[in-house]
Amino acid sequence: MNKPVSQTDLQLDDDAPLYAAQKKVYPQSVSGTFRRTKWGLMAFCLGVYYLLPFVRWNRGLGAPDQAVLVDLPNSRFYFFFIELWPQEVYYFTGLLIVAALTLFLMNAVGGRVWCGYLCPQTVWTDLFYAVERLIEGDRRERMRKDAAKGTMKLERFAEILLKQSIWLMIAWWTGGAWVLYFNDAPTLVKQLITFQAPVIAYIWIGILTATTYLLAGFMREQVCVYMCPWPRIQAALTDEWALNVTYKYDRGETRTSLKKANELRALGQGVGDCIDCYQCVAVCPTGIDIRNGPQLDCIQCGLCIDACDTVMTKIGRETRLIGYDNDINIHRRQEGKPPIYRIIRPRTVTYAALIAAVGAVMLYALLTRSLLDINVLHDRNPVAVKLADGSIRNAYTVRLLNKRGFDRVIAIDIDGPVNATLHVVGADSVTQDRPMIILARDTTTELRMLVTAPAESNHAKSVPVNFRVTDIGLGEVASATDHFVSP
Amino acid sequence: MTEHGDLDHVSGRTTTGHEWDGIKELNTPLPRWWLITFYLTILWSVGYWIVYPAWPLVWSHTTGIWNYSTRAEVAAELANLEKIRGDKMVALGNASLEEIEKNPALLALARARGKTVFGDNCAPCHGSGGAGAKGYPNLNDDEWLWGGSLDQIMQTIQFGARSGHPKTHESAMLAFGKEGVLKKDQIVTVANYVRSLSGLPTAAGYDQAAGAKIFAENCTSCHGDNGKGNQELGAPDLTDKIWLYGSDEATLVETISNGRAGVMPAWVGRLDPSTIKALTVYVHSLGGGK
Repeated sequence: MNKPVSQTDLQLDDDAPLYAAQKKVYPQSVSGTFRRTKWGLMAFCLGVYYLLPFVRWNRGLGAPDQAVLVDLPNSRFYFFFIELWPQEVYYFTGLLIVAALTLFLMNAVGGRVWCGYLCPQTVWTDLFYAVERLIEGDRRERMRKDAAKGTMKLERFAEILLKQSIWLMIAWWTGGAWVLYFNDAPTLVKQLITFQAPVIAYIWIGILTATTYLLAGFMREQVCVYMCPWPRIQAALTDEWALNVTYKYDRGETRTSLKKANELRALGQGVGDCIDCYQCVAVCPTGIDIRNGPQLDCIQCGLCIDACDTVMTKIGRETRLIGYDNDINIHRRQEGKPPIYRIIRPRTVTYAALIAAVGAVMLYALLTRSLLDINVLHDRNPVAVKLADGSIRNAYTVRLLNKRGFDRVIAIDIDGPVNATLHVVGADSVTQDRPMIILARDTTTELRMLVTAPAESNHAKSVPVNFRVTDIGLGEVASATDHFVSP
Repeated sequence: MTEHGDLDHVSGRTTTGHEWDGIKELNTPLPRWWLITFYLTILWSVGYWIVYPAWPLVWSHTTGIWNYSTRAEVAAELANLEKIRGDKMVALGNASLEEIEKNPALLALARARGKTVFGDNCAPCHGSGGAGAKGYPNLNDDEWLWGGSLDQIMQTIQFGARSGHPKTHESAMLAFGKEGVLKKDQIVTVANYVRSLSGLPTAAGYDQAAGAKIFAENCTSCHGDNGKGNQELGAPDLTDKIWLYGSDEATLVETISNGRAGVMPAWVGRLDPSTIKALTVYVHSLGGGK
């Protein structure tokens, strides 16, 4: 993008255009280490995305058996052995923090690894390019075909139709897989095929089909360059030690053609390894020239490394003229010093430690998470009531949570003012002395509780009162403290 | 715009001519698709003006070709809500009050429904939590003028007290002072007697025997021989610690002199039967139900 332009290229008057037309990028196919890595990661990411909803996980009778499920109607999130309730949404906050820190760590170690290999925009665009290449041919062929626009033959029309259809099918299945995370996948697939599925499912499939088709098929690198905030943030997060895809200009310059380079070398004159073959530019999915140095548009996918290595091997020069490197090494090599790589440094150690710390906190919170819970809300109007015999009564709205997958019987006790008695509306008719109720599985139950203290024990204005629920079968206990107030 | 078109020698691009602290802004045209998208959003907004209510006119506004209105949408949603609730409210209507209290699901529904209806209709007098106020009974305590059983509460909600409905609770305390039945000093004496009934201290020089005599002659027909009250007549229990209008001497003198006859409206006809049932269960569960 930032290629130096000669004076004559410039429009120095007011006729500069209001907009810039998109320059179509025709990435050439390439093979090598990074391309293979990208294929592997693409297969893995897509495999996880498309197949995960079909993985089963037994949670007992009545509970959904889908391993990963966002159950919106019942406000539950299931992830293998984890079941989260809406009030535990802070686990997602923790997850987001870990994700952000991981992104920072990846960035500190290997630059925009996320952009180049794992970002959905990259993965799907790469997949769409593969389809395009398979049907329309490689870079040169596609450029030739696009240039011959005016003379479109039936064959070409069929090609485009086929490509667009396959793109749409991929996009459609991407949207289809998305909705499967929100309902029992096998059931929903059946419903979708027989047009019995809820309308909202079709709407979401439509939305994701449209976005996938548009973003991966047409917007492509424009998403990375204009829409994505990460390149801007990344620039602030990187440092001189981060391994970025780098053109080693200390080795490559002065660039010249292979023929001229050979001539000059024969004369014993210094000349760079770069033979200006433009292969790194041809394979680039964002259409940039890596030799202009680090730039916002570079997603650091490493395909230019593969392309350059192929050429270097062919002309019998050392590979990795373009490679994962940092600026420090360029200067060190110029000074005749060996390159150094420092992956373990304060920044990366800090990120790793933070990830470990947040992860540990989350794991601890998850393992010690209570499956029986109680929340108490004191009546405000009135705060306290005087009864006919002069005793004082406070009322509380108590919410009990049973996060287990089975019903259980619980007993309710209080520790409060001296000789205080507890009355649970709806429970006393069965057990007067110690109120007990059945908590239905995987739900919350709201109860009204009345605590009465006899007149003679009204010592302090406010006395703590502890509500304790005990699972009769399992012995699990949960408690919450509020206050008993006298007028 | 004289500097327009300056060349930035580092990037090789023209600048807009804008400069801040020696830093010039590069002239970077927008991508075409970006610009098109922007124009499309403008077109989209014009579509909005046509389809939805948009422009204010002098006395009204443009209604849009779909006749959409948020008010109508709310009405539709409320109607839909009533439809969803329908079955449950029917179940509530069919169950007896005792059955509702014993069934956790129905109890939860009745309490939720009752709380809403209470907030809309009863809270202005009785307070949002039923705490009451001077002259308006506290529904959380255990004294009930007209009875605190489920049936009695429902009776009171349906027909009110002194509401004018044929089936309403009807009674009034005689204005002993205004009607000339008792003299001022007799009223003060009996007021102190009433205070003694519930263990409150009496004024210095007060004659207990005289107070008891005045009380026996004038008050026992409604409040009972020992002041325990009578729910048939809505006559309060004078021996307990709960006082609707206050228990100090001045208030009692005022009560005895001028009488009391608080009014509660009848809700039958204003609220449907199952709602009244829900309200009854809610009030009963507030804590004071018998």
